[in-house]
Amino acid sequence: MLDRALKGSKTYWTLVIILLGFISAGSLAYLHQFKNGLGVTGMSRDVSWGFYISQFTFLVGVAASAVMLVIPYYLHNYKKFGRIVILGEFLAIASVTMCMTFIFVDMGQPMRILNVILHPTPNSILFWDAMVLNGYLGLNLVIGWATLHAEKKGTPPPAWSKPLIYLSIPWAVSIHTVTAFLYAGLPGRHFWLTAIMAARFLASAFAGGPALLIILALVLRKYTKFDPGREPIQSVAKIVAYAMVANVFFIILELFTAFYSNIPGHMHAFEFLYAHGNLVPLMWASSVLAVLSLILIIPPKFRENESTLILACISIFISLWIDKGFGLVIGGFVPTPFNTITEYWPTLPETIITLGVWALGFLVLTILYKVAISVREELGTAGPPK
Amino acid sequence: MRIDRRKFLQIAGLSGIGLGLSAADGLFKGKALASGAHSLPSSGTRLAFVIDVNKIEGEDGYRRIIEACHKIHNVPNIPNTKHEVKWIWTDSYEHSFPDQPNEFLPEKIKEKPFLLLCNHCDKPPCVRVCPTKATFKNPDGIVVQDPHRCIGCRFCMAACPYGSRSFNWVDPRNYLDMKNINPDFPTRTMGVVEKCTLCPERLARGLEPACAEASNGAIVFGNLADPESEVRKILNTHYTLRRKPEIGTQPSIFYVIGGGENAG
Repeated sequence: MLDRALKGSKTYWTLVIILLGFISAGSLAYLHQFKNGLGVTGMSRDVSWGFYISQFTFLVGVAASAVMLVIPYYLHNYKKFGRIVILGEFLAIASVTMCMTFIFVDMGQPMRILNVILHPTPNSILFWDAMVLNGYLGLNLVIGWATLHAEKKGTPPPAWSKPLIYLSIPWAVSIHTVTAFLYAGLPGRHFWLTAIMAARFLASAFAGGPALLIILALVLRKYTKFDPGREPIQSVAKIVAYAMVANVFFIILELFTAFYSNIPGHMHAFEFLYAHGNLVPLMWASSVLAVLSLILIIPPKFRENESTLILACISIFISLWIDKGFGLVIGGFVPTPFNTITEYWPTLPETIITLGVWALGFLVLTILYKVAISVREELGTAGPPK
Repeated sequence: MRIDRRKFLQIAGLSGIGLGLSAADGLFKGKALASGAHSLPSSGTRLAFVIDVNKIEGEDGYRRIIEACHKIHNVPNIPNTKHEVKWIWTDSYEHSFPDQPNEFLPEKIKEKPFLLLCNHCDKPPCVRVCPTKATFKNPDGIVVQDPHRCIGCRFCMAACPYGSRSFNWVDPRNYLDMKNINPDFPTRTMGVVEKCTLCPERLARGLEPACAEASNGAIVFGNLADPESEVRKILNTHYTLRRKPEIGTQPSIFYVIGGGENAG
């Protein structure tokens, strides 16, 4: 089926070439980093994780969110998701690819990365994260490919794929829980040391991932023959609305505990992020966008109007990206163990590498979506459902 | 005093039982009976430092100690504080003990530099999180780091509650006088984490750790598991502080703040 990625319209090839351009720039910047060390980034002795690890964290959520389509479709037999469930699975593949690449570019000694497997260490959460991410990638590759192949041949998906699909549901939850455990089990980092971390991660994932999926589906409808129909988009929008409400609620819970208890360690990171660090404008933008998005997605009048819905989805995606793809990781390091403040901002090479990895993910996504849509165009099932 | 000592030994006894259970506590270190105290082995070794901050004479005293360590371990002197590598250094009371703030501390203590280094925790979070066993605890309690196995993921730096770990953001050899390095100790490569190792290479030759040797008696090194050791004698007669004891890492570095023979 992959050959369908080699025949495409001018728009398709333009997109592929633009993405390849970003990937090449990112690769060159990475060679610079490989030669001169991670000192070319904005990270420091105090803020020892930065953009790469925060992108990784955010994208694990996007990957996990495929489960929000898989559960209704496969567990509740919600047939209307039949057209878009593959979009979720392929988005998961692209996201996990980015996650792994971000981990790789963050390594000080990338050539030794296989030490994680050569010297397996079950007490390290990072070991488990590597295991569940690889497993999730494998599951989605096999499931996505098998179901699309069956669709192409007009047969039901092979029987062996069913148990794998059921397994992928708890597995999706596991990847984001384990990623939250990377942070939530560290004794000296107050901002991260919260039992609600995994719950927060899942809520933000189930809002941000499906919001991105709505954006992607509407883009595909505009530029290709693909049209999932109105109803599945509206159903996904309801999922996004509930998850975003839960996510904002969880953040308020964190703020209450920190500020009502008045324990300095619990308040410091919030004060840095929202009152006196270099991230203040970004964090407030995230909060404003979160409130705006709720106003745009909760009332049915706005949610059912696709032009306000897409605004809501873009707001949610940006809001959550700032919160989780930036603030969460940096806030954990500031204040430092010495109660001092060290600021972090990504450098140019770091930004180019980050863009390159995103472009790689989007190239994978573009190719996979191209294959899926071409298969359906041939079958005559790409258009709106009758 | 005697009651304190007896209590200490009782806890030590309990810890012995805790140690027996500790085989089972792989993932959740510190759940055993010994969660509040050092798990002292009934026989054997648990190496520790007691630092008497009043016995270090002026800035020169601190510099001598820091240089002794950094020189023999080929620790580079990187001017950019974001990239610096340090094994032992000084900071104020406020920064060293942020969990024990006291605005009414005597000026003398407020301005006093405190020597900071790896705490060689009994329950080290860095060892718990390392995905390759590049950092591990020796049977004598020392937390060591194998720079050849380290993949540079820096999880240990996020996990260390004491900011004791340094990453080689740049090539450290560019900041070393390569003609004057200590040939008996390796230099490190870019992209790995390092920290104080409590000088196992010197202990093996029957020498004290370099900082203790250069401290004129201000840093006392010894075996916590031996009730007759000098560290235990000081701990029995002086009130000592440890950094962030409430998080259960059980640091092996103790600070005597009061000073003088009559204190405590």
